[in-house]
Amino acid sequence: MLSFIGKRLLVAIPTLLVIITLAFALLHAAPGGPFDSDKVLVPEIRAAIEARYHLDEPVPMQYLRYLGGVVRGDFGPSFQYQDSSVNDLIAQGLPIDLTIGLLAMGLALLIGVPLGVVAALRRNTVWDRAASAIALLGISVPTYVTAPLLVLLFAVSLRWLPAGDWGEGALRNLVLPVVALSLPYVAYIARLLRASLLDVLHTPWVRTARAKGMPWRTVLLRHALRPALLPLVAFLGPATVGVITGSIAIETVFGLPGIGRFFVDGAFNRDYTVVMGVTILYGVLIVLANLLADVVQALLDPRMRP
Amino acid sequence: MSAVLALQVDGLSVTHAAADGARTVVSDVSFSLPRGRILGIAGESGCGKTQLLLALLGLSPPGAQVGGSALLSGQQLVGADRRVLRRLRGNRIAMVFQDPMTALNPYLTIGTQLAEVLQVHRGLSKSQALLHSQRMLEAVGIDAPARRLRQHPHELSGGMRQRVLLAMALLCEPDVLLADEPTTALDVTVQAQILDLLLDLRERLGMAVVLVTHDMGVLAQVADDVAVMHAGVLVEQGPVQQLFDAPQSTATQSLLAAARQLSPTAQGLV
Amino acid sequence: MNSAPLPRWSLLLLLTIVVLAVVVPWISPWNYYTPSWDELDLEPTFVNGHWLGTDDLGRDLLVRLMWGCRISLLVAVAASLTSLFIGVLWGATAGYAGGRVDAWLMRTVDVLYAVPFIPFVIVLTVLFGRNIVLLFVAIGAVSWLDTARIVRGQTLALRQREFITAARVGGMSAAQIVRRHVLPNLAGIVAVYLTLTIPTVILVEAFLGYLGLGAQAPLTSLGVMIADGAAQLRSRPRLLICPALLLALLVLCCNRVGDALRDRFDPASGGGA
Repeated sequence: MLSFIGKRLLVAIPTLLVIITLAFALLHAAPGGPFDSDKVLVPEIRAAIEARYHLDEPVPMQYLRYLGGVVRGDFGPSFQYQDSSVNDLIAQGLPIDLTIGLLAMGLALLIGVPLGVVAALRRNTVWDRAASAIALLGISVPTYVTAPLLVLLFAVSLRWLPAGDWGEGALRNLVLPVVALSLPYVAYIARLLRASLLDVLHTPWVRTARAKGMPWRTVLLRHALRPALLPLVAFLGPATVGVITGSIAIETVFGLPGIGRFFVDGAFNRDYTVVMGVTILYGVLIVLANLLADVVQALLDPRMRP
Repeated sequence: MSAVLALQVDGLSVTHAAADGARTVVSDVSFSLPRGRILGIAGESGCGKTQLLLALLGLSPPGAQVGGSALLSGQQLVGADRRVLRRLRGNRIAMVFQDPMTALNPYLTIGTQLAEVLQVHRGLSKSQALLHSQRMLEAVGIDAPARRLRQHPHELSGGMRQRVLLAMALLCEPDVLLADEPTTALDVTVQAQILDLLLDLRERLGMAVVLVTHDMGVLAQVADDVAVMHAGVLVEQGPVQQLFDAPQSTATQSLLAAARQLSPTAQGLV
Repeated sequence: MNSAPLPRWSLLLLLTIVVLAVVVPWISPWNYYTPSWDELDLEPTFVNGHWLGTDDLGRDLLVRLMWGCRISLLVAVAASLTSLFIGVLWGATAGYAGGRVDAWLMRTVDVLYAVPFIPFVIVLTVLFGRNIVLLFVAIGAVSWLDTARIVRGQTLALRQREFITAARVGGMSAAQIVRRHVLPNLAGIVAVYLTLTIPTVILVEAFLGYLGLGAQAPLTSLGVMIADGAAQLRSRPRLLICPALLLALLVLCCNRVGDALRDRFDPASGGGA
């Protein structure tokens, strides 16, 4: 198992290198630099600033310097927030994203799995149709639509919950962002599980279990559900990508100070180091999620065990 | 031979719900099977053999209509309560499925899959059940049974998996064993071993066996009686020798002709 | 093969929306950009012809919705075609060439799967100007991965078929075989996945619009309208609800039709969910 993880980590390195290189190349190929926006700077000051951020060096040199920093886990100073390094900003924002992201995924599993099971077991009944309708709705309505609508209903009309603000992570402030972020995943998980459970319920081994006179609960929980959950594990990687996108929208709607906000602000203000740093962090998160998915899959499936 | 009938089937029919109305897959099938005898049911694939067996277990697909009567040692199976049927399945009437490659759950150990039968039907603890399962694996001729219990199906060969399935069906010493093409997926030597094993177990346990196959050669080796099925109907039945010597229906004749062309064993015996 | 009926209502609704979005410049009594200072914030009514009312600048909401749809659909179709072009080329090459070429091309796809693509689109659109052509090229350029995988799989399957072997024996070059025999046989599956890519791209475009990176005022798209509406949530919820509903409806219909087509034509999807 350890060698399996090691091998996957080795594959992850070129992936991350591609992401870093792409981000770097893109930003340096862009017309205009970070300091030629609003006011015209005195040439000497400009030169001083550029020297401070090593922008006066040749591009390959800058690339190597940046790569060296990333390897040591240092994303450099922010252009926009003169007193903070990119690491500071990430350390400040990431816990918020992780809290909301993990809670949303947990909630999505909590609702999506039973929904998918009911849809599969009560196939072609009202239950199935209702579950499928909810699922299709969840996939078709993006987070930045549901989030303002939830705010409209629960914050503006009913006044039950705050419309935004982090509020030091108080439960009241977490409810709406987490629910809004989880809805598409409720849908995906329910759809995925319905399809895979239906597949498994038609396998010969489930028929064997029934022919052995196993109680229905044993057939479902022991023989069918575990293999049916495997595609959900594989979905973990793509889901992480979606949660990242979703969290950017959620942070904008609810005004949360997460890394998505820093990223969007950074992109608008040409804060190159912040944009690169956050992009690389996203890449790392995706790579880790995929790795975790592979490992869990291998653990669940005896045939994949080395 | 004992006069007690292990299985008595009378006018059994199965109708599946299809998109364009109903489709009868088993029609008015009757036969009786005394204890300790092997009845072979022959027929080309898709003639309703498997559906007949599934109906006996109460596992017809959802929406299917099952009519007629089937008595298992006097107990009515058709239309019986679901809980009653569940307690009979794997216990008094057991089935061995066609494809040993997929009939075992790839995610569970052999031990778990065997032991759960005894845990459910006999109320044994897991360790007692495992001990008993180990003995049963030994009885069906699997070497190193203790190790097999901890292995997963993909670590076993096809013949070994078929033995495991057989052991699984025999754990509760059922009155009737339904075997659906138990040897089709295996190569010839393993096939012969499994058939010998079946004969031997019938001898020792005195159970009745319904052996479904399209291979007349297999029936010639092990069956006492043979019934030939065609399009959901039993067209002909009788003692094996009589049926092979003087086949009455065209379905039987064509099955025999096919067997003579393909299988040297059938040629030798007929 | 599945013969499930196509979702008739979804298809009808989708066609209605598309047709309206296409013909709106010729049939609407108002345009989407001229503010009307004496018609600010009208409630929906049939009396004055503003069926869904007007926005905070007095522009007819229904007309703007249709224009927003028009832009969203335009970007979606153009971006899907871009992604299709790259995906088919990439996948067909990998599948037909096989061997090392295949391994390298598909490994590249694997690597790109881990690239956080929405952030890249954001960076692209911020840095290279908010121009609508660039927008769909950017979206298309990052969303071709699925298409490439599917096309590769289909090409691999096709390669085993007799008529390809026959063509090869007959002395056709690889490029000729791909053009004459492989691509035409991929048309069905590619069309199906096109209908499934479009709703995804609509959502991406709307997201970028929402962040202020999509169509620039006075031009609008569904995402831009949702962002504008969300900003005026408390005073004019109508401005959020209408475009949000239309976007959901559009994507929902596309997904329903796409799913049905896939169930019907894609043997690999096995009926789907």
